[in-house]
Amino acid sequence: MSGLTSADGAPLVAEDIYKCFGDLEVLKGISMTANKGDVISLIGSSGSGKSTFLRCLNLLEIPTAGDIRLYGEQVGFKTTRRGERQPSSARQVERLRARLSMVFQSFNLWGHMTVLENVIEAPVHVLKVPRKEAQERAERYLNKVGIWDRRDYYPAQMSGGQQQRAAIARGLAMEPEVMLFDEPTSALDPELVGEVLKVMRSLAEEGRTMVVVTHEMAFAREVSSQVMFLHEGQIEEAGSPDRVFNNPDSERMKQFLAPRY
Amino acid sequence: MWEQILDLNGVLRGYGPSIFSGALVTIQLGISSLILSLALGLAGATAKLSNSRFLRSVATLYTTLIRGVPDLVMMMLVYFGGQVLINQFTDWLYERYEIDIFINVDQFVAGVVAIGFIFGAYMTETFRGAFLAVDKGQLEAAKAYGMRPWQCFSRVMLPQMIRHALPGLGNNWLVMLKTTALVSVIGLSDMVRLASEAARAEHDPFRFFIPVVIVYLMLTAVSEWLINKANQRYSVGVIKAGD
Repeated sequence: MSGLTSADGAPLVAEDIYKCFGDLEVLKGISMTANKGDVISLIGSSGSGKSTFLRCLNLLEIPTAGDIRLYGEQVGFKTTRRGERQPSSARQVERLRARLSMVFQSFNLWGHMTVLENVIEAPVHVLKVPRKEAQERAERYLNKVGIWDRRDYYPAQMSGGQQQRAAIARGLAMEPEVMLFDEPTSALDPELVGEVLKVMRSLAEEGRTMVVVTHEMAFAREVSSQVMFLHEGQIEEAGSPDRVFNNPDSERMKQFLAPRY
Repeated sequence: MWEQILDLNGVLRGYGPSIFSGALVTIQLGISSLILSLALGLAGATAKLSNSRFLRSVATLYTTLIRGVPDLVMMMLVYFGGQVLINQFTDWLYERYEIDIFINVDQFVAGVVAIGFIFGAYMTETFRGAFLAVDKGQLEAAKAYGMRPWQCFSRVMLPQMIRHALPGLGNNWLVMLKTTALVSVIGLSDMVRLASEAARAEHDPFRFFIPVVIVYLMLTAVSEWLINKANQRYSVGVIKAGD
């Protein structure tokens, strides 16, 4: 089988991704290469398709067309009798997802487990890490995001910022190749946004590969290595933050950046 | 000595041991039907929430049909009708393959099947509501972390769904426990049938039915206690949030 491995072997490559919901075409051919240590910010107004694109990367949405490769391993697709595109192997999808941790806008910590249990869960049950090792790992990452002392709390007992940091620890505990962030600060009160961004900035500085959908322009400008501006399902502008923010070619990008009041 | 005690020291005029053995039948019947109805309920709810139109219609047909037919009619249908169907099948087996078997529909099995089938429909609706009450982000996170479908269900969905299912489930169980009294019409010697035989023979309904009432009350009281315990257990991370 040719095409299963790619020479570049970048952690995450998406090529020409299309996504339709019924007649509505949400993504119209988006490509992205995340090299090791890249922090890619996806920006754009709501409805531009940036979250859908992110969700295609770990196959929470199945792209209507296009390829996804993780370190050269290509996700296989098949077409069902009804003409729907589906991954050909559920096992492969599960394996790839375990290497791409996702942090959600609404945290999605498992409500019936304590913070520590949340962080241990997937390493133990998906990666089959021995419980003791998973526990040590979990405590290390909880310490890193600064909520080690809250490890026995249930999610509902914590502030949004603490929950999101716990969710980041849950993601880190998988020791993933790439971390995907889906508007991680959009559901937070303004005074809690900083603590989450601070953690994310420290991850970026460690050289972790991250793809971040965000409305935090300061974060995109200062922390990312690449910025992609999406508009109506297409890449309108992409490049280094310096170029995209200070010298954009596209009229829409200029409008998007223009002060609104 | 046990006979003396079970007879409440002569109050039950020697019928005590038989009535209490009937109580055991009632409990066995209740628990067996509960297990069947839970299984059918989970299957039914999964079918109702599935993407397959075929499964959805089968489950809808099931709940509509069952909830529209009186329990008593259903029970007689399973017991008498079931025997006729089985006889036709064994006749066919004999004519076609000369296999000669005779299967008698056991009253206990017929009772469990009928009651389990009926309450499976109610459980289906209870579980369906409970599944829908769990935030879909919970399942999405489970998927995103590479969990298998079975892990998503058993590690994330089930423990959170039970909390929403318990009130309805507890209700169904109590109603079901009392519905078991209907099996006396198909001749199963449960507590109610044995007590009513004794009452007729002795011309003394109060003497025999009041103990039956007390046994039912005790069973429902124990059930409620267990349901409360379960409720506490499956509300972790929820009740504590109010502290």
